[in-house]
Amino acid sequence: MEFTFDLNTIWFFLIGILLVGYAILDGFDLGVGALHLFVKDDIDRRIMINSIGPVWDGNEVWLVTGGGALFAAFPHVYATVFSGFYSALMMLLFMLIFRAVAIEFRSKQQMKWWRQMWDVAFSVASIFIAFLAGVAVANLITGIPIGPDKEFIGTFWGLINPYTVLVGVTTVSLFMMHGAIYGVMKTEGELQNKLRSWVNNTIIFFIICYITTTMATLIYYPHMIQHFKEFPALFVLAILNMLAIANIPREISRKKEFLAFLSSCASIAALLSLFAFGLFPNFVLASNNPEYSLNIYNAASSQKTLNIMLIIALIGIPFVLAYTISIYWIFRGKVKLNNMSY
Amino acid sequence: MDVEILSRIQFAFTIAFHYIYPPLSIGIAIILVIMEGMYLKTKDKFYENMTKFWVKVFALTFAVGVATGIVMEFEFGTNWATYSRFVGDVFGSALAAEGIFAFFLESGFLAVLVFGWEKVGPKMHFFSTIMVSLGSMFSAVWIVVANSWQQTPAGFHVVGEGINARAEITDFWAMVFNPSSIDRLSHVLSGCWLAGAFLIISVSAYYLLKDRHIRFAKSSIKIALVVVMIASLFQLFTGHRSAVGISKNQPAKLAAMEAVFDDQTNAPLYLFGWVDENNQRVSFSIAVPGMLSYLIGFDTNTKVTGLNSFKKEDRPPVNIVFQAYHLMVAIGFTLIGISLLGVFFWWRGTLFKQKWLLWIFVFSVLLPQIANQIGWITAEVGRQPWIVYGLLRTSEGLSKAVEAGQVWFSLVLFTLIYIGLFILFIYLLNEKIQHGPEDADSIPSEIGHPKA
Repeated sequence: MEFTFDLNTIWFFLIGILLVGYAILDGFDLGVGALHLFVKDDIDRRIMINSIGPVWDGNEVWLVTGGGALFAAFPHVYATVFSGFYSALMMLLFMLIFRAVAIEFRSKQQMKWWRQMWDVAFSVASIFIAFLAGVAVANLITGIPIGPDKEFIGTFWGLINPYTVLVGVTTVSLFMMHGAIYGVMKTEGELQNKLRSWVNNTIIFFIICYITTTMATLIYYPHMIQHFKEFPALFVLAILNMLAIANIPREISRKKEFLAFLSSCASIAALLSLFAFGLFPNFVLASNNPEYSLNIYNAASSQKTLNIMLIIALIGIPFVLAYTISIYWIFRGKVKLNNMSY
Repeated sequence: MDVEILSRIQFAFTIAFHYIYPPLSIGIAIILVIMEGMYLKTKDKFYENMTKFWVKVFALTFAVGVATGIVMEFEFGTNWATYSRFVGDVFGSALAAEGIFAFFLESGFLAVLVFGWEKVGPKMHFFSTIMVSLGSMFSAVWIVVANSWQQTPAGFHVVGEGINARAEITDFWAMVFNPSSIDRLSHVLSGCWLAGAFLIISVSAYYLLKDRHIRFAKSSIKIALVVVMIASLFQLFTGHRSAVGISKNQPAKLAAMEAVFDDQTNAPLYLFGWVDENNQRVSFSIAVPGMLSYLIGFDTNTKVTGLNSFKKEDRPPVNIVFQAYHLMVAIGFTLIGISLLGVFFWWRGTLFKQKWLLWIFVFSVLLPQIANQIGWITAEVGRQPWIVYGLLRTSEGLSKAVEAGQVWFSLVLFTLIYIGLFILFIYLLNEKIQHGPEDADSIPSEIGHPKA
C-alpha cells in the first residue's frame, strides 16, 4: 500500500471519524430502540425513551454532517452511492422519519393503542436503520457494479445477498449490545437488573454474528486483509477490538457501567477502523472492473476545497466536541421523568 | 412521467413541506431569546412560564423540521447525482459547514433548552436558548449561501468537459459572498421571523378571543408585534434589494416576474394580471407605467431586458413565476399593514378591544407561510431551466442510475407519510394550544408588566 499523508487521505479518515462518531452515538440510541419492545411496562418504556431523549437528535447530526462532508470532499462517492442505493436509502429515510416522529409523539396521548403503535414504529425503525446501515457498509466491502462514467449499474436486489444481510444483522446485534449497556448506565432498580441480564445475551448474540462475519470476510473478501498482511502492526486493532469486547462483561459484573460503555465504544471504533483500513484507499470497489473503483483520488474534490474544508473542520471540531461533552455531562446520571419528558 | 419531472416534483414537494418548519423554529427561537431575557431581567416567574410554553411549541416544530430535513440532504445525491458531481466541490463545502457550525450547535443546546430547566442554572439556560437561536440562523446562512451560489455562481471555474465537467472553487469568500447571498439571506431570515412571530400572535389572539390566559396572551402579542413590525418593514427593504439584484444577475427571472417580453425602458409594474404566454400579453391587469424601470434603476429610462432577448430554451415559465411573485408582494404589504394596525392600536391602548383585528391576527399565521412558499417558487422556478444558473440545466442534473419506477415509489410514499405527518403536527400543536401555558394566570397579573 502506498500511504501518502495528503489531503485526500486526511479526508478519508476524517469522514471515517464522523462515521465512527455516528456509530458510537446513534448506535446506542438505535440499540435502545431495538430493545424497546422487550420492555413491557409503560413507565419503563418512557424511561428507555427518555434515556436517549435529550441526545438522539444530536446523535443523528453526525450522520447528516458525515453526509455533507462526503458530498463536499468526495462528491463522486456521494453521487454514485446515494443514487445507486436509491430504494434502500429511501427506506432508510422513511425509517428515520418514523423513528423521529415516534419518539416525539408516543407519550403525547394516554391511549394504549396509540402508545403501542408508536412503540412498534420506534423499535422496528431502530432495527431497520441499523440493519440498512450494515447492508450499506457491506456493499462497500463486496463491491458494486460501476460503469466507466462512475455511475452505479446494478440493481436494488443485487445489493442484498447473504453476506450483506449477515453484516446487517451483525450491526443490529452490535447496537443492541451497545444500547443495553447504555441502558444499564441510565436506569436503576428492576429495569436496570433486567437490562443488565440482557447485556450478557446481547454480547453472546453479537459475538456469534461477529465471528461469522469475520470468517465470511476472510474467506470471500480476502482483499479486506491485504493491508494487514503488509502492515502487521494493524493487527493491534483486531486485538484491541477483542480485548474491548471481552472487557464488557467484566465491567458489567463489577458494576462499572461507564467503563463497560467505554469498552463498547472502543470496540465499535476498532471495528470500523478495521473496515476503513481494509478498504483504503478505495471508497467503493467496482465489482465488475477494479479500474472503475472510486478511490480517494478519482472521487475527490479539488485540493483547494479539501484544504478549505480542513480549515472549517479544524475550527469546528473543538466546538463540536465541547458541546457534545457538555451536553452528556449536563444529562449524566439516571433518568428521572418530569413534565418536560417524552 | 419521466424521471426528470418526477424528481422535480419530489424535490419540490419535500422541500416545500420541510420549509413549513424551519422558518417557524427560527422565528420562535428569536422570540424565546427575548422572553427568557425578560425573565432574567425581571425575575418574574411569569416570563419563565411563558418561555416554557413556547419552548414546547418550538420543540414540536423543530422535531418535524429535523425529520424532514435529513431527507433534503440525501436527495441531492439520490435524485440529482449528476448535479452533485458538478457542484460538490463548491456546494458541498457550504453544506458541510452547515453541519459542523449550525446543526451541532442547534441540536446540542436544544437538549438543554427543552430538557435542561432543572439541570442548569437560569443563566446557562438562557445561554443555551441564544445558542439554539444562533444555530438555527447559521443553518439558514449556509443553506441560503449554497442556494444563492446556484442562482449567481461566483468564485469558481469549470474544469473538465462533457460528463467530466465540474465547478471547482477558486475563491471561497467570493463563493460565500456571491452577488445574491446577502440580499437573499436577509430576505429569507426576515421571512422566518415573520413566520414564527405570527404563529405567536395568532395563538395569543385566539386566547384573548376565548378569554383565556389573558396576561400571557397580551404579553406574547406585544413581544411578537415588535418583531413583526421590524421584520415586515425589513422584508420590504430586502425584497427590493433582491429584485434589483435579480435585474442585474438573473435578468430572465426578473422578466418572468414582471412578464416583460420585449426589451424596454419605462417598463410598467403590474399590480396583478394574468399572463398569456403564447400571445405574450398580460390580461386583466392594472399596471403602474414606468414603475419597474424606476424601482430597479431609480430612473424610468432604465432598460429592462425582456424574455425575447433569451433563447426560447433559456426562458423560465412565466405565469407561475409572475403569479407567485405578485402574490408574495401583496402578502408582504398586507403583513406590513397588519403589523402597523397592531402597533397603532397598542399605542392608542385599545389593541385588545379590537375584536376584528384579533380575528385577523388569528388567521394571519397563514400569510407568512404562503409568502415564504411562493417566494421560493419565484426564486426556484424563475431560475429554470437552469439548476445552476447559466452553467447546468435541470435536465442534465439527474441521477443516471435511477429509474422512473423508483421515483414513483418514493414519491407516493413521501406523499402519504407527509400527509400523515402534517395531520399529526396540527393535531399535536392544537393539543398544546388547548392545554395552554402552565398556571401562568394563577400568578397575580400586572406585576412588572408594561403599561397595557
